[in-house]
Amino acid sequence: MISIQQQDFSLADEYANLNTPGETGAIVTFVGRVRDFSDCGGGLYLQHFPGMAEKALQRIADQANKRWALQKLRIIHRVGRLATNEQIVLVGVASAHRAEAFAACEFIIDILKTQAPFWKKEGDTWLEAKASDSEAADHWLAEKTGEQ
Amino acid sequence: MARIKILYFASIAEAVGSASELLNIPDHIATVKSLKSHLASRGSPWASCFSESSTKCAVNQVLATPDSSIKDGDEVAFFPPVTGG
Repeated sequence: MISIQQQDFSLADEYANLNTPGETGAIVTFVGRVRDFSDCGGGLYLQHFPGMAEKALQRIADQANKRWALQKLRIIHRVGRLATNEQIVLVGVASAHRAEAFAACEFIIDILKTQAPFWKKEGDTWLEAKASDSEAADHWLAEKTGEQ
Repeated sequence: MARIKILYFASIAEAVGSASELLNIPDHIATVKSLKSHLASRGSPWASCFSESSTKCAVNQVLATPDSSIKDGDEVAFFPPVTGG
């Protein structure tokens, strides 16, 4: 399930929802948070492209489900104004074994960072995309091509 | 003559001072590339935003290439490389 929302989320609640009693052997969660940007005004503003952002997250979730045997998958991305230390994004995956959960979680956040239409502004400055993020995503896409 | 809706996001919206506009485009503007040139011809600040090769485009919420076609009723979005997560 995917959500784009302004309000915060509870990691404990999301973790509990990811579990299927008796079947889930591994849950991996990733939470992205706002670091201290006090030198440029503090906090973060997050904009998204309504409609396209939801479709992009759903597509990434579908790709992860196709690639790994996952039991449950959760993506939450917050938008709007976020203060230092607030949560920005959650990726949670549940599977029978840890290898699938670790790989799928990393895949989802790496692809999300380069393909989902969200933009961060720190103080008065819109962030520039990082080459290291593109490389992380390319690694998954190259690996997939290699498998075919 | 086609009528399209254009959306601008993040640094591009801020630079051009607008989040969206409705635009009538002449028939010879039928691709993303030609629309970008048309917008760039408005002068500063449009020129710098739309001559920038890193500026991304989506047509009807699907990522487009310079050769993607544009037709009447389309929603065309322009935005910088994404930085979410």
